[in-house]
Amino acid sequence: MNATAQATALPAPSGSFTTGFSWAIGRDLTLALRHPGETLLVVAFFVLVASLFPMGVGADPQLLLRIGPGVIWVCALLAAFLSLPALFSADYVDGTLEQMTLSPHPMPGWVCGKLAAHWLVSGLPLTVLSPLLGLQYGLQPDTLAALAVALALGTPVLSLLGGACSALSLGARGGGVLLALLALPLFVPVLIFGAGAAEAQAAGLSPAPHLSLLGALLVLAVMALPFAICAAVRIALD
Amino acid sequence: MNWFLFSSPSTFYRLAGSLAPWFFVLAAALAAAGLYIGFAVAPVDAVQGEVYRVIFLHVPAAWMSMFLYFVLAGWGAASLVFNTRLSAMMARAIAPTGAVFTFIALWSGAFWGKPTWGTYWVWDARMTSELVLLFLYFGFIALANAFEDPRRGDRAAALLGIIGLVNLPIIYFSVQWWNTLHQGSSVSFKGTTMHVAMFRGMMLMALACWMYAIGAALVRVRSIILEREARTRWVRELRGRPGVGAAEGSRA
Repeated sequence: MNATAQATALPAPSGSFTTGFSWAIGRDLTLALRHPGETLLVVAFFVLVASLFPMGVGADPQLLLRIGPGVIWVCALLAAFLSLPALFSADYVDGTLEQMTLSPHPMPGWVCGKLAAHWLVSGLPLTVLSPLLGLQYGLQPDTLAALAVALALGTPVLSLLGGACSALSLGARGGGVLLALLALPLFVPVLIFGAGAAEAQAAGLSPAPHLSLLGALLVLAVMALPFAICAAVRIALD
Repeated sequence: MNWFLFSSPSTFYRLAGSLAPWFFVLAAALAAAGLYIGFAVAPVDAVQGEVYRVIFLHVPAAWMSMFLYFVLAGWGAASLVFNTRLSAMMARAIAPTGAVFTFIALWSGAFWGKPTWGTYWVWDARMTSELVLLFLYFGFIALANAFEDPRRGDRAAALLGIIGLVNLPIIYFSVQWWNTLHQGSSVSFKGTTMHVAMFRGMMLMALACWMYAIGAALVRVRSIILEREARTRWVRELRGRPGVGAAEGSRA
C-alpha cells in the first residue's frame, strides 16, 4: 500500500521543519485519497454507532436530548481510536518509518505532518458530520454549534494523544487491545470537557469555560506531544 | 565513594535481599501499632459510627496509589535519562504494588460508601480519577510486557509513565469540575481537623503501607534482576552453589 505513496518523492537533502511537514501531510493525504474506503469506514462507524444508541435506549425525545452530546462524543472517541493503528504501524512494518527517520528533515516536522493528515481524514469529517447526528438526537442549533466547536478543538488532542500511544505500542503484542488500554484513559479529560461544552449550552449556560479548557488542552498537547511521539518512534526503531 | 555502586544489578540484588526483610518487619510493627490505635484507642466517629474505621486502610492506600505512580514515573524518567537498566527494573517492580493499592483504595472505598452514602459506587471525581489511575497502571504493566525485547518494553513503558504523570493532574481536575460528592480532605500540610488518635493511627498505617511497598518492590526487583541477568556469570554461580554464590557474585 505504501509503495504507491512513494509517488511523491523525497525532496533534496537539506531538510527543514516545513518541508518535512508538507511532505508528510501530502503523502498521507494522497494515501488516504487513494484508499478512500478506510477513511469512509471510520466515518461510517461513527454514524452507525451513534445511530444504534437510540435503538438501544429507546426513542424518548427527552432522553435522547439529554444523552445526545455525550453519545456523540463517545462515538467520536471510538472512531478516532479506530483509525489510530494506521497512523504509524503500516509505515513501521514495511520500513518506511525508518527511512523517514533517516531523512534529512527534523523528526518533529514530518511527525506533525502525519498527525495533521490523520486529523484531516479522521477528526475533521467527524466534526463536520456531528451536527447531522446531533439532529437525530433533537439537539437545538446552538447546542449543535457548541458540539461542533468542541469537536473541532478536541479531536486534534485525540489525534496527538492517540499518536503517542500508537507510537509507543509499535511492534507490541496484542496491538489493538493494548492501544485501547493505553489511549482511552488518557482521552478522559477531552471527553469530559467536550461533552460538557455541549451540555452546558443545552442547559442554558455558557459553553465558553469548557471550550477554553479544551483550547488549553490543545495548546498543551501541540507543544508537548510531538516531542513525546518522536521519542516513542525512536524507541521503536532502536 | 562510588555513587553508582548500587546501580549495578548484581550488587543491588544483594542489597535488596538484605534490606527487604527489614522493611517488612518495620511494616508489620507499624501496622500492628496503627491497627491497635485504630481499633482500640481511636474513638467512634460522631457522624459515621464504627464504619469510619475503614479510613485506616482506605486513606493510606489511596495516598500510596498516587505516590507510587510518581515514584514509578521518576524511575522511568531516570532510566530514560541515564539509560540505566536498574531504574527501569525498579519502575516495573513498583507498578503491581501501585495497582494493588489503587484497587484496595477503590474496594475499601466502595464498602465505606455503601453505609455512609448508600451506594457502592458513584461517578465522583476522586473515585473516577482513581479508576483512571488503575487503568494507567494496567496500561504500564501491559506495555512493559508487550515486547520480545525487555529493554524495549522498559523504555516504552517509561515514556508512557511520564505521559501519564503529566495527564494525571489534568484528569483529576477535569473530573473534579465535572462531579464532586466525595468529602474534602481532613488532612493538609497546615494541620488536621481529625481527632488526634485517629490521625496517629492513620499516619502509622500510611507509614506501614509505605514500608510494605518498599519491601514488596525490592523483592520483586530481585526476581526481575534474576530473570534479566539469567545468562550472566554471577547468576549462574548463584544458581550452581546456593549459599556461597551470593558472596562471590560481586567479582563475577
